[in-house]
Amino acid sequence: MANSEDNGVANAGEAIAVEPVVTDLPGHQLVLGADEPLRLASGQLLGPFTVAYQTYGTLNAEKSNAILVCHALTGDQYVSEPHPVTGRAGWWSGVVGAGLTIDTDDYFVICVNVLGGCMGTAGPKDINPKTGTPFGLDFPVITITDMVAAQKRVVEHLGIEKLFAVIGGSMGAMQTLEWASRYPEMVFCAIPIAGAARHSAQNIAFHEVGRQAIMADPSWHGGDYYSQDTGPRRGLSVARMAAHITYLSDSALHTKFGRNLQDRQAITFGFDADFQIESYLRHQGSTFVERFDANSYLYITRAMDYFDMAAEYGDNLPAAFKNSQVRFCLVSFTSDWLFPTSESRQIVYALNAVAASVSFVEIETESGHDAFLLEEPEFHRILAGFLRGAAEQRGLNGKAATP
Amino acid sequence: MNRLDSMNGSRIRVDQKLIADMITPGSRVLDVGCGDGVLLDLLVAEKRVDGRGIELSQEGVNTCVSHGLAVVQGDAETDLNNYPDDAFNFVILSQTLPAIYDVKGVLREMLRIGRYAVVSFPNFGYWRVRTGLLLSGRSPVSSNLPHAWYESPNIRFFTLTDFVGLLDELELNAQQIITIDRRDQAQSRQQIGIWTNLLTEQAVFLIGRS
Repeated sequence: MANSEDNGVANAGEAIAVEPVVTDLPGHQLVLGADEPLRLASGQLLGPFTVAYQTYGTLNAEKSNAILVCHALTGDQYVSEPHPVTGRAGWWSGVVGAGLTIDTDDYFVICVNVLGGCMGTAGPKDINPKTGTPFGLDFPVITITDMVAAQKRVVEHLGIEKLFAVIGGSMGAMQTLEWASRYPEMVFCAIPIAGAARHSAQNIAFHEVGRQAIMADPSWHGGDYYSQDTGPRRGLSVARMAAHITYLSDSALHTKFGRNLQDRQAITFGFDADFQIESYLRHQGSTFVERFDANSYLYITRAMDYFDMAAEYGDNLPAAFKNSQVRFCLVSFTSDWLFPTSESRQIVYALNAVAASVSFVEIETESGHDAFLLEEPEFHRILAGFLRGAAEQRGLNGKAATP
Repeated sequence: MNRLDSMNGSRIRVDQKLIADMITPGSRVLDVGCGDGVLLDLLVAEKRVDGRGIELSQEGVNTCVSHGLAVVQGDAETDLNNYPDDAFNFVILSQTLPAIYDVKGVLREMLRIGRYAVVSFPNFGYWRVRTGLLLSGRSPVSSNLPHAWYESPNIRFFTLTDFVGLLDELELNAQQIITIDRRDQAQSRQQIGIWTNLLTEQAVFLIGRS
C-alpha cells in the first residue's frame, strides 16, 4: 500500500469516506456507515460508503422468506437478469428465478455487490472526497468479514431479523460460512458451495500470479490509471485467463477443446492462437476487462487470500461454529481442484465436532470449480430438496405469505 | 409435499420399525449407514427427532439430502471420532455391523457420542443359514443376506449368541433385545438361549453404557 499520510486518506480514528457511487445500473443503492462507520478487519473505519444490491421476489409479511445469495470473485448482484454491461444472462439465472431451484415465487432473494467491488458498491475506482480523485490503492484493504458486515447492514436495513438462507459458491461460500459463524442468530440455514474455511497456499499462489500480471502492465500506473486513456487491460486479461483455467478441469478442457485448431487446418509455426483453447481464453480475458475494474480484482482476490476462519480461534475451526443452530448444507464437486472436496470435508468435520446439523454432498461432474454456475441437475435437485426440508422446519408454506 | 410420500419408493423394514419404537420422541439421533434415509425420515416425521445421518454411498447421501435430511457422506469406521461426547441420545446402526471392520471400535464410539446404541443385524445362527451351508455346501444367500459371497459388503459373519458374548466382553448393557423370526414376528427377550439363536432371523439391540 502506498503511504497514506499525504494522500488525503483518513488518519487512524477518522472514518474513510467514499463519495456516493453514482451509476445508472439497475437495482438498489444504499449509503451506509454515515452515523456509525464500519470497523474494518484492518482496524480502519469506513463510512459513509455506498452499497449496491439487487432483489428478486417478494418479502413476505413475516419477513421470513429472505435468501441472501453471495456472489463469487468476479460475480455481482445481477444474479437472475441480463447483465447491464454485457447483456449476458445473470450468473445464476439457471438457479434463481420463478419456478427454478431457488424459486422467486416463494423466496425473496437478495444479492449485494461486495465491498471493494465495481458494480455500484464502494471500491477502489470510487472518489475519495478528500482528494476528489479515485482511491486506487488508497482504498482500504477489505476482508470477507468486512464484506459480510456490510451485507448485514443491508439485511437490517430491509428489516429482516433472520435470513431463511445464506448461499454462495467459491468466495460466496466463504461469505456464507462467515455469516453462519459471525451472525448465527440471523441465519436459519447456510449453503456453502465449492468453498473452504481458508484460502489454500495454491489458491493464494494463483491469485498472486493474477495480481502480478495486472501490476506488471505499464498501464496500471501503480493503481492510478483512472485518469489515463486506458487501464491495465492486458494485465487484467492475463489474470482472468490464468484464473479461468483454475475454474475448469483437465478433462473438461479436453472434452471441450482437445487439441482442436482455431479456424485453421494446420499449426502456423507462430504465436497466433492456433488452438481453440487459446482463442477461448483470449476471449474470456478480453470480455472480462469490459466489465471489471483491475484494482477491484486486486482487492477482492486479497480478501479471499486473507480468509482463514480458524485463525482467530487458535486454529481450532470447530470453535468458529460453537453451539451453532444453523442448518448447514455443503456441496463440493469431484473435479474441482481449486476448492477440492477435502476442503469442504474439513468444514464438515468441524461442524460434526460441535454437533451442528450438517448435510454434505459431493457431486460427480467433470466441470471443475465452475460446476456451481452450470447446469448440474443432481446439484440442483439436492439444493431444492434441502431448501424444501429447511422451509418445512422454518414453517414456510411454500408460497410467500400474502397478507 | 410430504417427505414420507416422496420416499415411498423404499419400504420400511421390520427391524427399522422396531428401532423406531425404541427411540424417544424429540431426541437427538444419529443413523450410521442410513442408506437412502427411510428410517431417518420416519424418525424425523413421526418422532420429531433431531436426526442426522452418515452414509458411505454417494447415491444414498444425495437421495437423503434431496429429501431434506441432514446427512453427510462419511465412513462409520473413521468419521465417528469427529463427534463430541454425548452429542446424541441414540446412535443407530441398522444392518451395517456385518460390514464393519473394527466392530469393537465402532461400538465404543457409538456409545461415546450417544447415550444409547441401537444395533440391528442378521443372525448367522439362524437355522436356515446353518442348514443352507450344511446341505448345499455353499455360502448362504437369503432375503437378509442377499449378496453372493464375492460381492457382499459383509465381512463379519456372527450369530446372536456371538453378539451377546461381545457385549459381555465389552461390559456393555443390553437394555432391550428383540428377535425377529422368518414371519417377521418380533419378540422381546431377556436372554438368548440355544433355541432363540436357532429361530431368530435378525435381531435389534438397545445397548446402554456399562
